[in-house]
Amino acid sequence: MTRMLLRGNEAIAEAAIRSGLKCYFCYPITPQGELVEYMARELPKRGGVFLQAESEVAAINMVYGAAAAGVRTMTSSSSPGISLKQEGISYLAGARLPAVIVNMMRGGPGLGNIAPAQGDYFQATKGGGHGDYHLIVLAPSTVPEAAQLVMLAFELSDRYRVPAMILADGMLGQMMEPVELPPPVDPKGIPQRPWAVTGAKGRPPNVILSFDLEPQRLKEMNLVLQETYREIERNEVRWEEMATDDAQILIVAYGTMGRIAKTVVRRARKEGIRAGLLRPITLWPFPYEPIRRLSERVPTVLTVELSAGQMWEDVRLAVEGRAKTPFYGELGGVVPTPKEILSEVKRHATG
Amino acid sequence: MELGVIFAGFGGQGILLAGKVLARAGMDRGLEVTWLPSYGPEMRGGTANCTVVLADEPIGSPIVDAPQALVAMNLPSLDRFEGRVAKDGLIVYNSSLIPRALKRSDVRGIPVPANDIARQLGSPRTINMVALGALLRALGAVPLEAAEEAMAHELRARGRERLIEVNQRALARGFSEAGKYLGDR
Amino acid sequence: MPQASTQVPEGYVKAFFRPRSLSDAKYTYCPGCHHGIVGRLIAEAIDELGIQDRTVGIAPVGCAVFLYQFYRVDFVQAAHGRACAVATGIKRANPELVVFSYQGDGDLAAIGTAETVHAANRGENITVIFVNNQVYGMTGGEMAPTTLPGQRTTTTPEGRDVRLTGYPLRISEMLAQLDGPAYITRQSVHDVRHIQMARRAILKAFRNQLEGKGFSLVEIVAACPTNLKLPPPQANRWVAENALKYFPLGDLKVKGG
Repeated sequence: MTRMLLRGNEAIAEAAIRSGLKCYFCYPITPQGELVEYMARELPKRGGVFLQAESEVAAINMVYGAAAAGVRTMTSSSSPGISLKQEGISYLAGARLPAVIVNMMRGGPGLGNIAPAQGDYFQATKGGGHGDYHLIVLAPSTVPEAAQLVMLAFELSDRYRVPAMILADGMLGQMMEPVELPPPVDPKGIPQRPWAVTGAKGRPPNVILSFDLEPQRLKEMNLVLQETYREIERNEVRWEEMATDDAQILIVAYGTMGRIAKTVVRRARKEGIRAGLLRPITLWPFPYEPIRRLSERVPTVLTVELSAGQMWEDVRLAVEGRAKTPFYGELGGVVPTPKEILSEVKRHATG
Repeated sequence: MELGVIFAGFGGQGILLAGKVLARAGMDRGLEVTWLPSYGPEMRGGTANCTVVLADEPIGSPIVDAPQALVAMNLPSLDRFEGRVAKDGLIVYNSSLIPRALKRSDVRGIPVPANDIARQLGSPRTINMVALGALLRALGAVPLEAAEEAMAHELRARGRERLIEVNQRALARGFSEAGKYLGDR
Repeated sequence: MPQASTQVPEGYVKAFFRPRSLSDAKYTYCPGCHHGIVGRLIAEAIDELGIQDRTVGIAPVGCAVFLYQFYRVDFVQAAHGRACAVATGIKRANPELVVFSYQGDGDLAAIGTAETVHAANRGENITVIFVNNQVYGMTGGEMAPTTLPGQRTTTTPEGRDVRLTGYPLRISEMLAQLDGPAYITRQSVHDVRHIQMARRAILKAFRNQLEGKGFSLVEIVAACPTNLKLPPPQANRWVAENALKYFPLGDLKVKGG
């Protein structure tokens, strides 16, 4: 396999096409423009549908339609656009339709700016739209991992009939890195969708809905979702550990901050500080258990995020007071350098 | 080995492309690379910059706080990044547009009159390749031929095959220009 | 399958059948509501064109939210106003399907205006049935974008004051200005003659899709006797005497014809 030098946005688009993506709907927003442009250029050539919608609201509802029709489908956007998609995402979750949503997070709230941020963690992992639901949330930290997780997102979304989100930030979207892409998936390997609306030929009509006026029946629909979520929590938690064996301070960071933290761990170790890293790859389901386990022997668990401390809440839920849980974050699209994080590590490791 | 390089200049000076050529050349020689652009309003009129990391193991941070090398194409870029270059690092600066000497004495400075050379080559837009050529000579991590191939790849991808030859000469001129300051390296 | 619900007396022939593509479910609409008539006309069109096994309907939010129960065709329930976007997604994913959306005035002409206008403008090859009864029926009779000037609703208790709330939206006229749509027509079902005309319009809107002609929309000016607080016959008269003055009937756009 040859290594291609791709931007994160391009790698995500290419990986989606290789995952058997049939329909992509979008509305332009920075910093994920290259993803849209790549799709516009490549997807029609490779047998798919590219459509620029009139709004993010329309785009996610087109995804809802295409998912109901039984094809692999995707939309992408950045923070403000993802807020607009929440209605449709809730309907996808309620109707149990598989789909992939990419959020290249930028500074917020409101219009914010177009610099990298991680302020949409709550929105992505705790529901975002109305109702009791979760998305499978995957957080790549490198361009090759972004490609890999896009393919995984389609796979998991199909397997569980739960929409999946790629939660990355503008930095990952814009940066380039060598990627070795796997060959396109065999369409025969994509799960059958007997529930899809394909025309009621030789079978009773299929109906896609997220609606039941009768509370007991809606409760049962909800219980099906909840059982699925428990199954995902049992099977799909993913994370990476680095130098945790003898760590005296554990950094927890995801996505871009996760990779920057690797440099911090290496430098800290050179300076004699036994730092380690746990990088959640799935943000939902969250790796509570590995963090809990490590917190039994690591005295300090430092959460580093491009937010005011959103994932930090989950880290504290995992640690349950067994270790100190300081937080270091940046806001508004400011990205800390390895040096700045290292000085935080030093402060907490010695203090 | 892990080398961080910052390319900085005005928007329109080919800063991002110079970084991309270095990243691709590194990749083609089997290195791990990252290329991180500054993006946004800065791209329009202000300073443009990108950071390239070359390493022989997986790269953590694509953000570099103390780069081993800086390529500064104009004065504001030099003012902004000079202080950040690592001790014993390298600064290639465009002496056609930068009227001052370096303030740092603990780095190697390589003045390259990129605009003048590019003008002599008959193609003012090749200043980025002149500067990159000089950087390659001083850095030593990626051979000139790899950069030539990578540059040709990038220009072909943009449908600018006819510019490959002049850019090749620009790389070579920059490469030899840096030699003046580096003795027999 | 025709189903005899009553014994046919000797010497009589049963000539009025339930359309095959209608299910056995009973309508949940109020007595005299025009949704039931429109629903049946759609089923007749599906039967006549023989497309029951490749039709997908989109149910709106509103009184027709239960639409999926009434047909023997595949159905998707859309979010409020989004039916045209959902229809676009389905049709683009599988152009072999015959896709129709069924939307009320609040759904299509208020919250879903953008989706409607842009699907029409793209000339999406779908069929839209737009039931304009000048009121939000399901939520309790609030003002709709199509509520007539002076008309009393639960949110315009003194009658719609156009100085405060604007004028009834003639969205079909708006859509007819676009280059995208193939067929925009306004019909009604307040008497037998008009039901027959509406039937032909709906059939044409489906046939257009089969022929690849593009976006076809049939607006039906309809009565909501419950919220008009009128017995069905008077509600029908109300449509003829009031609603049709603001919403004149007829074809607004027929591409190539």
